[in-house]
Amino acid sequence: MFGLDLSFLNWEIISKFVQNGFIFSLQLTVVATLGGIVLGTLLALMRLSGRQVLMIPATIYVNGMRSVPLVMVILWFFLLVPASFYSLIPGGSNYRAEISAIITFVAFEAAYFSEIMRAGIQSISRGQVNAGRALGMTYAQNMKLIILPQAFRNMVPILLTQTIILFQDTSLVYAIGAYDLLKGFSTAGKIYGRPEEAYLLAAVVYFVICYSLSYMVKRLNSRIAIIR
Amino acid sequence: MTWDWRVFLNDDGSGRTYLQWMFDAWGWTLSVAGASWVIAMLVGALIGTLRTLPNSPWLVRFSNAWVELFRNVPLLVQIFIWYFVVPKVFPAMKELPSLILVVFALGFFTSARIAEQVRAGVQALPRGQRYAGMAMGFTTLQTYRYVILPMAFRIIIPPLTSESMNLLKNSSVAFAVSIAELTMFAMQAQEETSRGIEIYLAVTALYAVSAFAVNRVMAFVEKKVQIPGFVVAGATGGGH
Repeated sequence: MFGLDLSFLNWEIISKFVQNGFIFSLQLTVVATLGGIVLGTLLALMRLSGRQVLMIPATIYVNGMRSVPLVMVILWFFLLVPASFYSLIPGGSNYRAEISAIITFVAFEAAYFSEIMRAGIQSISRGQVNAGRALGMTYAQNMKLIILPQAFRNMVPILLTQTIILFQDTSLVYAIGAYDLLKGFSTAGKIYGRPEEAYLLAAVVYFVICYSLSYMVKRLNSRIAIIR
Repeated sequence: MTWDWRVFLNDDGSGRTYLQWMFDAWGWTLSVAGASWVIAMLVGALIGTLRTLPNSPWLVRFSNAWVELFRNVPLLVQIFIWYFVVPKVFPAMKELPSLILVVFALGFFTSARIAEQVRAGVQALPRGQRYAGMAMGFTTLQTYRYVILPMAFRIIIPPLTSESMNLLKNSSVAFAVSIAELTMFAMQAQEETSRGIEIYLAVTALYAVSAFAVNRVMAFVEKKVQIPGFVVAGATGGGH
């Protein structure tokens, strides 16, 4: 059909080329999401702290990351992470691109997650904050027990949507040659002389994953809306 | 660590300095982003409007499918599809330069995001606006042209601003099919000169300047088209 031939695809190719890439893409997504949320929450708290020493560096960091293309950030970290760092991790020097990609994504996504967290924290009404204060809670207790649990809850749909975008963006590690899902397909396509079909299949796989995830987020959204 | 900014004055082997090369590359970035922006706005406005039509279920389904298709496949994969698969399936497109293919890839990718904003803008309007148009005896087309879209577009200028800045940043992905834009320049010049930090700093600064310029232009447009007394409460756009 259309001069395309999908018959070259079989389980051997999938387990040999695609599987490892897929696992790395998932790892990258999970680590970057968790790391990004933790760092992002810290950045958001710094920006909302009201202290110049904390606010200014956090603001510069977040706005700086957000005004630069992800590909450039990937290239930056690959250039700047010193070779000695990789040897700290057992077998790390064989996976330089992959390790540097993980660091990049945590650092980059932290900026985006911090904006989501900041909006979430600010969406909690002043009354809640004052109520915590009135009970004699410290700033940390107030954050941990009153504000953050509610903020996280409000933010869950947007956090999940950002994670889907993050999963799509992991394909950009192509710039430094890390072995991800897309690279798995393109390698198989090159070896079997069928690059067109390989890219088409990659598109189908990404679409199925991202579409089902965003469908689930939509369902979750409507359920949360009913609870309120 | 020593700086050596003179690297930009070196010859790149073809009779121009790295500085000239970088500004040429900046031009390519701006052209790719600009052309894609036009496609993205036109297609996005059309698809986004179609999604809100009251009595055309098939057009709504088609435009929803459009948005899902272009939103759920990574941009890099879409660029590869346009570059490798489309010319193979449609041999007539083999003659097209890769620049055009990338512009279409980036434009259609962004159109899905813009369509989403347009839909949100139209739905944010009170239903009375549509009824008012109907009461005036307007056709659906006239209602959209004179009543709904002028207000909807004003509402969504802030998210359109961030989508435009995203588009500019996303144009960096064009490096993957060897468009001579800024990121491509950064990678090649870094390799040739081994002066990565200076090169990357300059390229990063150009991206930041361009994104800031887009931001200012859109802020200017927002101010120009503002209707006194009409409070704009735009949703913030996510993603990058």
